[in-house]
Amino acid sequence: MHEDNSAAGDETHRILTSLKKTGRTFAQALPVIAGMLLLTSLAHTLFAPQQFARLFGRHDGLDALLGTALGSIAAGPPLASYLLGGELRAGGVSLLAVTALVVSWVTVGLVQLPAEALFLGRRFAITRNLVAFVFTLAVAWLTVQTLRGFGASLP
Amino acid sequence: MKRQDAKSGYGRWWFLATVAALYTVCAALAPELALRALAHAWQALRHMLPVLALVFVLMVVFDLVLNPRRLAQQLGRPGGARGWLLALAAGILSAGPIYAWYPLLAELRGKGMRVSTAAVFLYARAIKLPLLPLLFHYFGTAYSVVLSLYLAGFALLSGLVMERISRSTESAD
Repeated sequence: MHEDNSAAGDETHRILTSLKKTGRTFAQALPVIAGMLLLTSLAHTLFAPQQFARLFGRHDGLDALLGTALGSIAAGPPLASYLLGGELRAGGVSLLAVTALVVSWVTVGLVQLPAEALFLGRRFAITRNLVAFVFTLAVAWLTVQTLRGFGASLP
Repeated sequence: MKRQDAKSGYGRWWFLATVAALYTVCAALAPELALRALAHAWQALRHMLPVLALVFVLMVVFDLVLNPRRLAQQLGRPGGARGWLLALAAGILSAGPIYAWYPLLAELRGKGMRVSTAAVFLYARAIKLPLLPLLFHYFGTAYSVVLSLYLAGFALLSGLVMERISRSTESAD
């Protein structure tokens, strides 16, 4: 009985620790989430959706490149990229560019490059980021083409 | 790493402060526009709150189920297809900022972890299981599934490419 109580106590402690840890992670992400929400809302109000589309919509390839470049230099939790991507998409930016932004945000990290090079080697870090940059374009293109091929309605 | 952690911690607040400053300027020049932007942000937040709650629950569950250190140790062991699949799974399940994983990966590389396995792990981190509800919310189920499958496939491909490049540069040296 005593052992049962002890095991239950350990489990409660583990859950509480996990809740605290996740709460801390969330609290750390809070300024970024709030900032992204406010910034995208301000941009959405200041610029008509057509203006977003005009910044991108010249050529599919250039759109994807611009999206990838933006995602590569951006730093912040992936959650922020979904938020920004969702708003850009609602503003009329092509799915190709938005996908490129969301993918490069999490696979290419120019901001983290010095740290990656420090721990895993300069050659590894540069090559991996270059490969990820090229792959972003491929993933974005293939995702959009696959959805079109299957006749799925694009988000 | 401490310096970088501190820097990124302050960076978040600087970012929010900059956005707040932008709003202040906007409110001074065009108060009606600033209010409309705030109303839009509030509406977006209300749509997001249930999804964020689900993300929180999933993060707690993953944290309870997974032990990052044990996960990373498993990565250092096998080579071949099993090692790649393990790296893929570990990358998908790993949580926290990427720079938190660098020291552990460096340690494992020192103990013989392959270039390909490290590359697969780092690329697979693009798939965020706890954040999938948010991806569904913004882009729909079909898009989220297709994108995740491609990310998993390209994570393995990145391992293959990195291994090839590493071998060719080693032989050139």
